[in-house]
Amino acid sequence: MPSANVDILVWLTIIGAALVTYSLRVGGLLLAGRLPKTGRFKRFMDALPGTILLSLIVPAAIGAGPIGWVATFFTGLCSLKTGNVFLSMVVGILIVAAGRWIGV
Amino acid sequence: MVFSSSQRQDLREGFIANLVVAASVAAYGSVLGLMAAQKGLTWYQLLIMNLSVFAGSAQFVMVDMWLPPLPVVEIILAVLVINMRYLLIGASLNPLFRGTSLGHKFLFMHLVADENWAMTMARFFKQPTSTWFLLGGGLCVQSAWCLGTLIGHRLGAVITNPERYGLDFSFVAVFTALVFSFWKGRQDVLPWIIAAFVAAIAEMIMPGKWYIICGGVAGALTAALYQPEEVTSALG
Repeated sequence: MPSANVDILVWLTIIGAALVTYSLRVGGLLLAGRLPKTGRFKRFMDALPGTILLSLIVPAAIGAGPIGWVATFFTGLCSLKTGNVFLSMVVGILIVAAGRWIGV
Repeated sequence: MVFSSSQRQDLREGFIANLVVAASVAAYGSVLGLMAAQKGLTWYQLLIMNLSVFAGSAQFVMVDMWLPPLPVVEIILAVLVINMRYLLIGASLNPLFRGTSLGHKFLFMHLVADENWAMTMARFFKQPTSTWFLLGGGLCVQSAWCLGTLIGHRLGAVITNPERYGLDFSFVAVFTALVFSFWKGRQDVLPWIIAAFVAAIAEMIMPGKWYIICGGVAGALTAALYQPEEVTSALG
């Protein structure tokens, strides 16, 4: 029955994607636990959260165009001055929404 | 299973901390749901994909590639490449999970997304934080993701052009607001410049999400190999 075959492919795809993603999540955690906790490797691991987050942001911020650059600047400034994540985020979104509405 | 009150509180605080970003996760989910309906995925196939894969960009690529006959291997490989960053994200969570059992790790790691990972790490740098905060955030993001995608699948996208309302920027905004919590001082200057530079270049010349791994690894390698000279006044 062709429809049953299609169904099997659908579930194979979903299960495969799920297994791959879960293995990466757990694998990273378990591998890190088995590696040295001093010296260069420790400095590598300590720096990782900040550098990953920055790598998530920078290309997206650049791609957001001039209004995105302005919004990123003020989001960062607001976060530095107030330490309030929610407020900083709202400031950034409002600047972008307003900019696009005006047509910058 | 009995929860202690501090675990319950961390779970709740994690959930609440992610509510705002979850709203834009739901808006994006509705766009994915709309696409999935057009490609002929049923609502329960989509729901099971949400619950089991639980990775936004990867799921967008999956649904995009969803054309008969299904390219099973190609889709799974694409998911592998896009989600490679979870190796680094998982590794960076090692200090948070210190002292927890293997079962705890296996159970809690499934609900790690970019959003609740960033929220949790930023809090972990400032105050004692347990894995329950991470889980609370994961439950929040997962609920919003399922709600958004299913609404999109059933009714069409809630917001067909999230860009117009700056919602695409909400991810940049929340990560920008969080990134300064990771600043430890002068030793971060060079690693951060290298990470930003490499990520920007890699995004232009490489497909998919490799730029996150390239930037993250390049910056962290810089930190590993280079230490700014310490003030040597103690040597007097």
